[in-house]
Amino acid sequence: MWRDAALVAGKDLRVELRAKIGLNQVVPFALVVLVLFGLALGPSDAALRPAAAGLFWVTVLFAAVLAVQRSFAIEASDEARDGLRLSGLDAGGIFLGKAAAVAAQLIVLELVLALVASLLFDTHLSGAGLLVGTCVAATAGLAAVGTIYGAVAMGTRVRETLLPLLFFPLVAPVLLAATKAWKEALAGTPSHGLGWLSVLAVFAVAYLAIGTVAFGPLLEDG
Amino acid sequence: MSLTSPPFSPAGTAGPARAAEAPAPPRGASPGRRRTRRPRTRADSALTAVGLVGIAGVVATVWLGLWVTPPDEFMGNLVRLLYIHPPLAWVMFLAYGVSFLASLLYLWPRTRSARFDRLAGASAEVGVVFTGLTLVTGSLWGRPTWGQWWTWDPLLTTTALLFVLYLGYLALRRVPGEPEARAKRSAIAALVAFIDVPIVYFSVLWWKSLHQAPSIDLTTRKTYVHGSMAWTLLLGFLSFTVVFAWLVAHRYRLAVLEDREESEGLALALAERRAEAPEAP
Repeated sequence: MWRDAALVAGKDLRVELRAKIGLNQVVPFALVVLVLFGLALGPSDAALRPAAAGLFWVTVLFAAVLAVQRSFAIEASDEARDGLRLSGLDAGGIFLGKAAAVAAQLIVLELVLALVASLLFDTHLSGAGLLVGTCVAATAGLAAVGTIYGAVAMGTRVRETLLPLLFFPLVAPVLLAATKAWKEALAGTPSHGLGWLSVLAVFAVAYLAIGTVAFGPLLEDG
Repeated sequence: MSLTSPPFSPAGTAGPARAAEAPAPPRGASPGRRRTRRPRTRADSALTAVGLVGIAGVVATVWLGLWVTPPDEFMGNLVRLLYIHPPLAWVMFLAYGVSFLASLLYLWPRTRSARFDRLAGASAEVGVVFTGLTLVTGSLWGRPTWGQWWTWDPLLTTTALLFVLYLGYLALRRVPGEPEARAKRSAIAALVAFIDVPIVYFSVLWWKSLHQAPSIDLTTRKTYVHGSMAWTLLLGFLSFTVVFAWLVAHRYRLAVLEDREESEGLALALAERRAEAPEAP
């Protein structure tokens, strides 16, 4: 299963490295969203600074939907999905591989976004350990849910509109917990954020487990 | 709606020549419509009885709640919302629970059956209606007692998220496609959504840990509930549950008819195409 996961993740990341859709479209889109938030709430730093963590994570959610859509658009074209089905790879492995590829792209995006957000919203990044831990746990949860729902929506003809409707309400706890953890880290009290980190970890583990089990039936038909 | 009438009139496929050759009786104007109706079965009568019991229970709850029970010492007449708001919320959780169990049963290979898929869909749909009613009655209650229509209380926030979560689920169910694939992905989506509920609840609970007063208020007030008020509340719970069962049963039957329309409509269209073929020069 793990070997299959590595194969699928490697394939998705190779496709991304060659096509550079994420780099050329998703990252700039996320930066535009950050600037729009600045326009909506600015220009005074007093309003932007306390909201910085929340704005950052909302932007990540938007970008995550795009990353998931891209991840399944790869499979939708040229009957690639049938190839995946016929490949004999373990379904759980395919799920973990696709989720890992989405997560890897999101982590890179978060790195860029965090730097830009700290400049735009005049926030000093502190509590690096908690910031990074939150990113890892939250991204794992987002990628897991995104990959499950990406596969659910893939078989339908309305996936572009259906995916955000399914995805956003479900990841509400991730937004909440990640924002809280980042706020604590930025406020210089990272020890208060550990509870939120555990919420994120529970969420990620729960959905990674469900996805590993449920991906087989999802891939079979649709 | 008559069950034996054609599922839909194939107006788009039939040209004027075809219509003249096999004149279809105009819909709604046929005198034989009544006679071709499916005979009433025992299940129909049972369903009607359940519906009557439910409606009688709701009417009795309204009568007891508005006229018989006394106003509350602190809340005055506002306490009368107690007889409908908690029962509505209970039915909401019941509906999502039934939907979750039915989805599990559908996914379990030994019990896989289209019945569970329909039950999951019917129950979730009724659940969304009751979630909406819970939110509306809660807001009506919150405005005079807490001074605002909405607070970010854990129960309220969870309910609101449940509402949008299951709206998404219903949207997914409405997407056309292969029935089995649709049932399977709906069942998985129902599981994924249901598991989110406790996570949402507890994270919002910690998020707003300082503002617990409203919902504690709700539970402590129960100590004042006694006598006619307790009976009215109990009746409210029972009758709303019966109404829930009635609505789900009807929605289930409608789902059966929808499935039939889909399959028979396709068969009908195919048969018509075949009938057209030899006429072609």
